[in-house]
Amino acid sequence: MAKMRYLQALRLAMTEEMERDPNVFIMGEEVGQYQGTYRVTEGLLNKFGDKRVVDTPISEIGIAGMATGAAMVGLRPVAEFMTWSFAMSAMDQLVNHAAKITYMSGGRIKCPVVFRGPAGVGTQLSAQHSHSLEAWFAHTPGFKVAMPATPEDAKGLLKTAIRDNNPVIFMEHAGLYGSSGEVSEDPDFTVPFGVAAVRREGKDISLIAYSRGVAMSLKAAEILEKDGISAEVIDLRTLVPLDMDTVVASIRKTHRAVVIQEEWRNAGFAAELATRIYEQAFDEMDAPIQRVAGADVPMPYAKNLERAAIPTEHDIVAAARRALS
Amino acid sequence: MADTIVKPPTEEDISRAEMLDLYRLMLRIRRFEESVYRKFHEAKIGGYLHRYDGQEALVAGIIPQLQLPHDKVLCTYRDHAHAIACGTSAREVMAELMGRATGCALGKGGSMHLIDPERGFLGGDGIVGGPIPVSVGVGFALKYTGTNNVCVCYFGDGAMNQGGVHESLNMVGLFKLPVLYILENNRYAMGTALGRSTGQPDFILKANAHGIAGEVVDGMNVLTMREAANRALAHIRETGEAYFLDVECYRFVGHGIGDDNVGGQKLYRTDEEVDKWRQRDPLLQIIRDLKERGYISEEQIEAIEAETKLEVEDSIVFAEASPEPPLDSLYEHVFSE
Repeated sequence: MAKMRYLQALRLAMTEEMERDPNVFIMGEEVGQYQGTYRVTEGLLNKFGDKRVVDTPISEIGIAGMATGAAMVGLRPVAEFMTWSFAMSAMDQLVNHAAKITYMSGGRIKCPVVFRGPAGVGTQLSAQHSHSLEAWFAHTPGFKVAMPATPEDAKGLLKTAIRDNNPVIFMEHAGLYGSSGEVSEDPDFTVPFGVAAVRREGKDISLIAYSRGVAMSLKAAEILEKDGISAEVIDLRTLVPLDMDTVVASIRKTHRAVVIQEEWRNAGFAAELATRIYEQAFDEMDAPIQRVAGADVPMPYAKNLERAAIPTEHDIVAAARRALS
Repeated sequence: MADTIVKPPTEEDISRAEMLDLYRLMLRIRRFEESVYRKFHEAKIGGYLHRYDGQEALVAGIIPQLQLPHDKVLCTYRDHAHAIACGTSAREVMAELMGRATGCALGKGGSMHLIDPERGFLGGDGIVGGPIPVSVGVGFALKYTGTNNVCVCYFGDGAMNQGGVHESLNMVGLFKLPVLYILENNRYAMGTALGRSTGQPDFILKANAHGIAGEVVDGMNVLTMREAANRALAHIRETGEAYFLDVECYRFVGHGIGDDNVGGQKLYRTDEEVDKWRQRDPLLQIIRDLKERGYISEEQIEAIEAETKLEVEDSIVFAEASPEPPLDSLYEHVFSE
């Protein structure tokens, strides 16, 4: 184990997987010579050379298509979107090509590609650079969707993503890049998809989150504890596949839930999560599920407005109190 | 881009057997497409339907020259001919069109998504311009793994106005990737004529702008097409760099089922224009060339026609007798293991 930052853990995952498999390569805007816009790929060009660390033009359709095509004939591309905001130009290649080629071919084509990059909201980036779009991808059959909340998961989930034989949407949180934690240095360490983590045990209410929502939920749990409320915090880790067993087991214990997302409230992932809880554990519920989400507005620039648009631990605490009232 | 009839190369080094093979392949495609049209109107085939009638030389002049399955082929939704030329059996293609479990995509793809990776055919693509970004990655992989192979990517003139095409051609030019682009320039983006869709119809200029060399080819004559393809393939294998063929051609039928009948094509082109291009029918030209060279007799023509008819009929019998995909395959193949 070693203490490292989230972005270093991502880099370590790519380094190890590139050493393990010569078919793994890195591509994207500014990933090489510039050392990565957020420094996630720092040093990789120097270590692996420009055959395996490929700087591309600012051409998201081309990037998505190149990664998809290379995966269709046996390589394992790890394509970076400078931010997930820019992936919107590439939606046809992502949704109509990467996600569907296996099904359309009757399983005759594998598409082992990872699309990764920073997502999430904050830091006054305003409307076009600050939002969370995981629901779009979770909605599309054919994608797996991973959203690590901790440095250790950043490494373990990315390694699993690279070894997976399917397109993986890997959404990192820019606000977590600098966060630190203990990370396994074992090159065989991975975190499987579809296995949620109980980050804190509790008996009164389940706070179900992913990505930065997990840290917010842990803070909320501490605040609630002062009032004598015992909150359980579930980190979903991957939205597809979704570990409902862990969620339902928690609900059976607490009988109350808050579902948390940073993305827009309307038609977001938390709505799917809440519906599944009702479908699978309605009889266990003692109160309606509470939802914490971003405001349904394009992200404003002004600090005070932005603060009002982004959910915080205080929103989770308030939601928990509603569920317990 | 004049509508002149270009004479086939007279010094073409092509044997009688090869010429007969080209004829057979083009005839198989034509008769297959005609039967598909009938089966569509019998409601045996669903979805959209895009036929290749008139453009056969673009497939016959190129795909038999490839080193399949190591070379790779990508194309558009007008893809029945490409599958057949890559070696997918008429049975598997017809069964796919009829949505049967024995189809080349197990009934999951249909007309626009024929595929046969074991034969190097990476599939039809239902999105205009869609295969071109994919071709960047296929070309990249062929180079990355140190092969001397080529990705051949077909697309139409309508695709040239898609943004992703230019992103992709730039990347292929920049990275020097072994891709042969075949612009199936049938002069209509669906029902919109070239002059009504394209500010600069000199597509070689556009390829050159991305660092890719290319030339205009007469795609109505399979021998001319074949010679240009061989030249282009040799260039790519020698230099490792892409090449772009702007192939003059014409579809004799509508864009799709929507304008195949009820005079749909008359909205955007005249009967006279279609008739003029039909005089350059690649099948008529190869028959004429075969006869001029004394390579074929009337009996052989009849025999080839008969064996082709047999193959197409067999494919229909096979497909109609094949089971639909089992219902429990609905959720199969969303993911690979």
